[in-house]
Amino acid sequence: MNADAKPILEVRDLEKTFGSLVAARDITVSVPAQQTVGVIGANGAGKTTFINMITGHLTPSKGSIRFEDQDITGKPSREITRLGISRSFQVAQIFPTLTVFENMCIAAAIARRKSGMFGSIATPVQSEAATAEAETAIALFQIGRYRDVTANALPQGVRKLLDIGMAVTGSPRLLLLDEPTSGISIEEKFDLMNVVMSALKTRAITVLFVEHDMEIVAQFADRVLAFYDGTVIADGTAHQTLDNPRVQELISGVRLKPAGTHA
Amino acid sequence: MLTAAAILTDGLVYAAYLFIVAVGLTLIFGVMKILNVTHGSFYAFGAYGAATAVGIYTNADWPSAAGFLLMILMAMGIGLIMGLILERGLLRLVYGKDEVVIVLVTYATFLILEDVVVLIWGAQSYAAYQPMIDAGSIEIGELVLSNYDIVLVAMAAAIAALAYWSLKYTRYGRLLTTVIYDRETAAAFGINVTLVYTVTFLIGAALGALGGALMAPKISVTLGIGVEVIVLAFAVVAIGGMGSIEGALVGALIVGICRAAAVHLVPQIELFVIYGVMALVLVARPYGLFVRARPRKI
Amino acid sequence: MQSRASLFGGLALLIAAAVAAPLLPEWVVSLSTIAFANALVVLGLVVLWRVGLVSFGQALYYCVGAYVVALTGRWIGFTDAIALVLLGGIIAGLVAAGIGFLLARYREIFFAMLSLALSMILYGVLVKTESLGSTDGFSIATPTFLGYAPHGKALGLTLYWLTLAVDAIAALLVGLYFRSVAGALAAPIRDNEIRVEFLGVSVSGIIHTKVVIAGILGGLGGALAAMSIGHVDPAMAYWTTSGGFVFVTVLAGSGYVAAAFIGSLVFEAVRSFAVDVMPQLWQMTLGSVLLLTILFLPEGLGSLVSRFRRRPAVKL
Repeated sequence: MNADAKPILEVRDLEKTFGSLVAARDITVSVPAQQTVGVIGANGAGKTTFINMITGHLTPSKGSIRFEDQDITGKPSREITRLGISRSFQVAQIFPTLTVFENMCIAAAIARRKSGMFGSIATPVQSEAATAEAETAIALFQIGRYRDVTANALPQGVRKLLDIGMAVTGSPRLLLLDEPTSGISIEEKFDLMNVVMSALKTRAITVLFVEHDMEIVAQFADRVLAFYDGTVIADGTAHQTLDNPRVQELISGVRLKPAGTHA
Repeated sequence: MLTAAAILTDGLVYAAYLFIVAVGLTLIFGVMKILNVTHGSFYAFGAYGAATAVGIYTNADWPSAAGFLLMILMAMGIGLIMGLILERGLLRLVYGKDEVVIVLVTYATFLILEDVVVLIWGAQSYAAYQPMIDAGSIEIGELVLSNYDIVLVAMAAAIAALAYWSLKYTRYGRLLTTVIYDRETAAAFGINVTLVYTVTFLIGAALGALGGALMAPKISVTLGIGVEVIVLAFAVVAIGGMGSIEGALVGALIVGICRAAAVHLVPQIELFVIYGVMALVLVARPYGLFVRARPRKI
Repeated sequence: MQSRASLFGGLALLIAAAVAAPLLPEWVVSLSTIAFANALVVLGLVVLWRVGLVSFGQALYYCVGAYVVALTGRWIGFTDAIALVLLGGIIAGLVAAGIGFLLARYREIFFAMLSLALSMILYGVLVKTESLGSTDGFSIATPTFLGYAPHGKALGLTLYWLTLAVDAIAALLVGLYFRSVAGALAAPIRDNEIRVEFLGVSVSGIIHTKVVIAGILGGLGGALAAMSIGHVDPAMAYWTTSGGFVFVTVLAGSGYVAAAFIGSLVFEAVRSFAVDVMPQLWQMTLGSVLLLTILFLPEGLGSLVSRFRRRPAVKL
């Protein structure tokens, strides 16, 4: 990694208060391009508030956010999407009456629409570029065998892959995944994350993912941020953060070493 | 000063009538999430039924109070029967569907029932003034008030009080409130939602018919009265908030007094002041005055 | 949804309808003209129906279009049909653009109710306006066509052909719109509005556009209908008029543009037949047809065509 390269995401002294409730405070994080960052913490610790401020759905009360060296603090979410930040959802947000292919095509067509007030009307929804992108995304996330299945009939794992795939058709450089493996059975979690991570690496996308499953975090994150009570209490490699005694005390519990190893 | 008093009394009477008509509609919407266009038919049938009742007791020479009672019972009976047939026969078939589809079903039924009125009562108008005349009037200063109107207002107040009390303090009322709030959870708690639906619809129908019966002595009972009343009822319910009884009361008062003011002061705006108020309220409070927006459940 | 085949099929039907007209009795031509004028309003409703919205107030734009024609003739003496139709559409569109800012924030029942309220406001204003004849309305000047001033049968035919022409252009343009991103977003917005927002699209902007398109179409329809009927009155803004248009929309379904025109024709035919054969029971007939359609053919007549294709076009 080029040490002189500017970080893709720079968050400084970020704070969000709702009336008297401080949802997030003193958050300063610098993320280099193409890093995979895991975000852990109990519910209500500020993770979702943090994500919502980056995507533009919440305006920070204090602090700044810079994306690709551009100040995006407080910008509306639609603009931020256009600038290259996308997100996926804890409960997969897809279009249930359309097929997987149609879902992807719509997402790709939206990403390729002309700008301006009448851009959506001026762009045909079917274009070679959009169709090609949809097919590529389907292949990338390995859901080809579900291509013509209506989305409301999909198994949970495929829904999540579709959701993330749709977020990727817009060619974002930063992707925020909100609990990508939630609702997925233990056997399938790792497979899902493998598919997702390799897809995202192929596209050289920087990833921030919120997770409650510490094994997943340990396996897939280059770096882990631990949230507690609205602020970051640990920030380091996966091993550093997960072995941090405060983190173990407040969030993750003690990590059991595999049999045969010594502390 | 006289004008102000006139506006107040006229407005109150009109509000009473609107409330009785609207409360059934808002109840059905609150519990079943159905915007029931057929409510206009309940009203019409109630009015025609009342006209028939007035005819009966006038010819049979009954005392007015008995006649009035006959009128009310007949109307509510008609409402109950119609409600039962409609709910069990038709609505049951479309419950799962989109809200708007159900509205269209009730609209279609309304069209059909408009002609059923003609089949039963013919195309001529009916007069049912007897109760109004019998009740007489009293004079307060320079104002002449019809006793019938006073009874109307009293009945509206009684219905409002009854509705409020039963929703809060009776077992059935609390069941209803639960279903209004969240049907799925109520069903999960073992509440027989189907039964609640049927009973609610019956109550709503009876109230709609009652509204028609009570208004019959004041109007000319003729074709098309259902058409007019349904939009008025909608306006009241929209202003107050769908499913809110207090909302229906406040909505009725607002519309009643605004209309009375218009009639006395600026007659040109009489017809559209109601819808103007509705539009204004909806701009400020999209779900009506007494209903909060519910966050989307994911 | 609009394949080459259906486009040519539609064109062929259009030409057939245009050519057949001189051979048909005047009352058929007159009825068809009104049906095809109303079809434009229905097309507007289809645009909204696809995104899951039902307007119970399209009569507002219908009435605006009609009164634009009537008043321009009455106040300025201008009677050119083509210009007036366009004017009706434009002014109705402007009204829709203004109202759209408000309406675009609503969904489902509330959208229907607010649109109803707005149309009833116009009704209330017109009924109380003595100078415009209040409930009686007034008749409009005979339309002319770029200098040509036909009468009798020729007038009926010319209006008919004008209506067909407007219909054809509207159908083509709406078809193009459905093929654009904005048009194609109807189903996704219906399915999951929030997701569409998160993909970077302003949903209320898209809906605003649809309200305006429906408004323009309503105005065009009203203008043409007014010229055909020869008379305008406040009832054109009454909620039952809106109800009639919604009725046809349910009949037609939202899958195919052509269905709006065929559905409207079927409706006028059924209505005339009902009024003729059983004048006391025509509402019952219509109501029954509507009910049966909703229960047994929920996607409208258009779905009968879809049954021969891969998947139903749009689900209710």
